[in-house]
Amino acid sequence: MANDRTLRGKVAVVGVGETTYYKRGQAEDQEFVLVLKAILAACEDAGISPKQLDGFASFSNDRNEPPRLAAALDTAELRFSNMQWGGGGGGGSGAVANASAAIASGIADYVVVYRGLAQGQFGRFGQGPRRPAVRGEPAHTIPYGVMSPAQIYAMRATRLFHDHPGVSEASQKAVALASYHHAQSNPRAVMHGRPLSGEDYDESRWIVEPWRLFDCCQENDGAAAMVLAPGDQAKDFPHPPAYVLAAMSGSPRRSQAKVHNQPDYVTSSFKELAPRLFDMAQVTPDDVDVIQSYENFTGGVVMALIEHGFATYDNADEILTYENLIAPDGKLPLNTSGGNLAECYMHGLELQLEAVRQIQGRSTAQVADANVSFVNSGPMVTPVSSAIFGSENTL
Amino acid sequence: MSDTLPVLPAGMPGAAPDRSGLDIPFWEGTRSHELWIQRCNDCGGWQWGPEWICHRCHGFEMDWEQVESTGRIYSWMRVWHPVHPAMSDGVPFNVVLVELPQAGGVRMIGNLVGEGTQTVEIGAKVEAVFEDHDDAEEPYTLVQWKPTEPKD
Repeated sequence: MANDRTLRGKVAVVGVGETTYYKRGQAEDQEFVLVLKAILAACEDAGISPKQLDGFASFSNDRNEPPRLAAALDTAELRFSNMQWGGGGGGGSGAVANASAAIASGIADYVVVYRGLAQGQFGRFGQGPRRPAVRGEPAHTIPYGVMSPAQIYAMRATRLFHDHPGVSEASQKAVALASYHHAQSNPRAVMHGRPLSGEDYDESRWIVEPWRLFDCCQENDGAAAMVLAPGDQAKDFPHPPAYVLAAMSGSPRRSQAKVHNQPDYVTSSFKELAPRLFDMAQVTPDDVDVIQSYENFTGGVVMALIEHGFATYDNADEILTYENLIAPDGKLPLNTSGGNLAECYMHGLELQLEAVRQIQGRSTAQVADANVSFVNSGPMVTPVSSAIFGSENTL
Repeated sequence: MSDTLPVLPAGMPGAAPDRSGLDIPFWEGTRSHELWIQRCNDCGGWQWGPEWICHRCHGFEMDWEQVESTGRIYSWMRVWHPVHPAMSDGVPFNVVLVELPQAGGVRMIGNLVGEGTQTVEIGAKVEAVFEDHDDAEEPYTLVQWKPTEPKD
């Protein structure tokens, strides 16, 4: 029975879709409409009627709930209505894992993973609260100016560089430049036509030392969606399937201990998850052809890449160079759509779509013969999640 | 070095005890310029931030103990981008994560007193400075930190 307890090959992504990606506050459609349009696009890509969807999975308390979506789309029966708790953008691969588990276990057949954001219509992530006094755990952080995600996580990077001389700001810079480079060939990217030079990066303002403006994700409006189906039906759809080799969420012991008291502070939270992920996928980091790694902040990407085994604390600055991180010739092509930094901050779901497109040969920065495609969601948050997709050749 | 308090400009969100009562002893202690940390009555383990249960032994008899108000810098960051309007006149400023070896190594967050551009070093010894906000509707006192004068 033990061998049955895996997702490997049992589920595939058969369609992807998104809306136009906008700068924050510029979407004219309601957030719910954005989500509907992304789901319709993903279904069209998969060649199925939206009425065939029987499951919905999202993350980060997406405001657009499956019961409303299922009614609006007139789906035949809602069999899986799922929210990944916690983790902010760390839930992206977790939603894929949940959807996959539902399909693999026979709970549902066609599950759409979706995320919509219209930060212009709702609150922004990157602003502090406007209350005279705060209580509870926030009272021990916010009055000291620790409010925004950058402020919550920057001290991990400070300590990372202190503990590990082989990792420095140079790795962070390479990540930012690679994402912007890839956005230049991606017409969907908000930063398409806005190249970033090394000088631009060096001269950009500090947000929170050790992070500059270009170390931080954008804030955007839009929606993205992908349709998952049973692996044994996957070849019946128009595009090559991207099989789920592994997908899972997790977090280290007491990862969310209050006021920065987690036992292991210098982590993107993947140290325990990564070995389980590669074990389920039956591949090693060396087998991975292309990487999508969630950029809330570049320091989190650097930690996530190390913790998944793509570099070490000793050689990170040597491995995570701009030349190595760009497609098609780099050894570790990273964030080939532009990612959260330069394509769109769709809370990392755009990274899942890009991981699938690489397997299908449909990326705008295509890696040749991409058979194993890795993606991780939300470094440093709790819980985080990762996924590995494979072509038919990997089964 | 300027030791001016408050470290951050007026208009920042203030602090108030949790309505559940969980952290009242801490905030009462800071009003008396004392540092009180949560400690389990059953196993003696230290815990921060406050919680209803001891994460080690699962005892619910969480007590409070006054500790020497010193520590060392575990990590830090220099904030430049004002994410709150009140910060605009106060950047850059430094946030420190301070480890308290005398309390099981628990960590607290505060600001480093002094110039925003000062050199900050991980491992440096610091001592608490109690920053009173007596004019607040519900008066409170924050725990800030300043480098300890080198002693040999």
